[in-house]
Amino acid sequence: MINRHSLTVRKLREQVAFGLLRLAMALVLGSLGGILLFVFIQGAGAISWTFLTDVPRDSMTKGGIFPAIVGTFYLTVGALLVALPLGVAAAVYLSEYAREGRLLRLVRLGINNLAGVPSVVFGLFGLALFVVAFKMGVSLAAGSLTLGLLILPTIIGASEEAMRAVPDTYREASYGLGGSRWQTIWRVVLPAAFPGILTGSILSIGRAAGETAPIMFTAATFYTLHLPKSPFAEVMALPYHVYVLATAGTHIEQTRPLQYGTVMVLITLVLSLCLVAIVVRTRLRKKKLW
Amino acid sequence: MAGLSPPSQAVLTRHAERRKRQESWIRALFSLAGMVSVLVVALIALFLFGQGLGLFGRYGVLDFLAGTAWYPTDDPADFGILALILGSVLVTTVSTLMAVPLGVGSALYLAVVAGGRFKEIVKPAVELLASLPSVVLGFVGMVVLAPLMQQWLDIPTGLNILNASLMLAIMAIPTITSISEDALYAVPRELIEASLALGATRWETTTRVLIPGALSGICTAVILGMSRAMGETMVVLMVAGGAAQIPAVFESFPNFIFDSVRPLPATIAAEMGETPYGSPHYHALFAIGIVLFLITLAFNLVAAWVSRRFQQKGAATL
Repeated sequence: MINRHSLTVRKLREQVAFGLLRLAMALVLGSLGGILLFVFIQGAGAISWTFLTDVPRDSMTKGGIFPAIVGTFYLTVGALLVALPLGVAAAVYLSEYAREGRLLRLVRLGINNLAGVPSVVFGLFGLALFVVAFKMGVSLAAGSLTLGLLILPTIIGASEEAMRAVPDTYREASYGLGGSRWQTIWRVVLPAAFPGILTGSILSIGRAAGETAPIMFTAATFYTLHLPKSPFAEVMALPYHVYVLATAGTHIEQTRPLQYGTVMVLITLVLSLCLVAIVVRTRLRKKKLW
Repeated sequence: MAGLSPPSQAVLTRHAERRKRQESWIRALFSLAGMVSVLVVALIALFLFGQGLGLFGRYGVLDFLAGTAWYPTDDPADFGILALILGSVLVTTVSTLMAVPLGVGSALYLAVVAGGRFKEIVKPAVELLASLPSVVLGFVGMVVLAPLMQQWLDIPTGLNILNASLMLAIMAIPTITSISEDALYAVPRELIEASLALGATRWETTTRVLIPGALSGICTAVILGMSRAMGETMVVLMVAGGAAQIPAVFESFPNFIFDSVRPLPATIAAEMGETPYGSPHYHALFAIGIVLFLITLAFNLVAAWVSRRFQQKGAATL
């Protein structure tokens, strides 16, 4: 069948096809580049020391975004405090204790489906459970818990992969010295897997910092002059601030520079976290200890 | 054993027993942590249904799913979500049509065409694209793309199905690319070499060996990408236009892509803020959450099933 055509035609066909594949890749990279370029060119003018350190003024048409930066920082730290211990513990179970079988299949199904739950559904869940049923109100605590559950699957996945990559000879050496299973996990497996867990955590922080829908009804407020004084206070957050300025303000056109500035801060934050994670991982792969 | 006197033997045994008890406690603790995800999924379902089923005492399930009028604040209110479901289906379909060629094409490029060094730069770039916050894409669609579209295409609004689908495609592409690429790499080397050795060109090898071998993985990737597009909120909230009406898909094909729609997640996000707690409208939004949850759950279960059922096991099953 293949040799119906001459080699020249077949080679030509290959060139055309590869050209199309190159085009696909170029379009994907171009969309990333285009978005970044546009936001940075438009946003650079808005960035100033005042913009980063001042509170919003004149019904958010002037001033800065400091409360939103602080709010996003607290929310992501809170989310990590929730997700990291739970996620690493779950990963220890999956990598060190679990046996193939029906239970493990159920656990994996749970993780995969949790990863697939839409972010707005997390928001509804956080509203019903944390805000209403636990009476936390719209608060930093409720938002952090919601975001924490959202990033849980990422942390579990990265941590499990890191622990599975620790060679069995490490564990056997520990057992051989009389170490118990727990001692082996605590003193041998976890330290060896630490960089991988770190990478996963940084990636999840980036994700948590950029999410809007889960905090819309659980934590975010569009305007406050105060930094949160307790975990049960409402907070401003960068992604929500972008949304509000772009859609709900009475001076949408007037605040355009502020919007670009906020988007630029958010993108810089999220992409640099992602970049750090990528660099850590690449280094890790290059100088593998085992 | 002979060297140990009886008391120290007893001490050792006690020590060993204590340690054993401790170990079994720790094991139980970790097993519990392992179950957390299952527990959270169950809790999500429980709370969605708990709050959402409250609607159906007064409002029929069929009126809800097949009703064409969504007037949640009228008296009496209408909670028909057919237009919203259709909105979600349309943006997901159109975005999939854009994302699959680009996403799978990029994966093929990375697996077949790209050289080593270039690949090390491109792969992180795809990851960066995946990490772009959805609100940023919504912003770009709204502020940059919408005015351009309105101007160039001379249409009433740039906030429409096409714009939303484009932005959703950008979100779905990294998912599709990275999972497809993994699947392409999992195809056994010797199959590819055999094909090349028989005189097939690299492209012929790609279409007849590589793609068939990775097909289940590619399908999984596409389904997961669709699931992501279906559940994505901020993009459709900001860019889809927000009109809760049924677009004239067949009457004005293919111009329906310039219609404005209000997909399911956008409805929840736009309206939950102004809805009094416990009102029928509040319950209706949770009921939409149930629909969304079940749709994405179905997508994920199908993806898991496809990747398990049609898994490529070595060279034997090709």
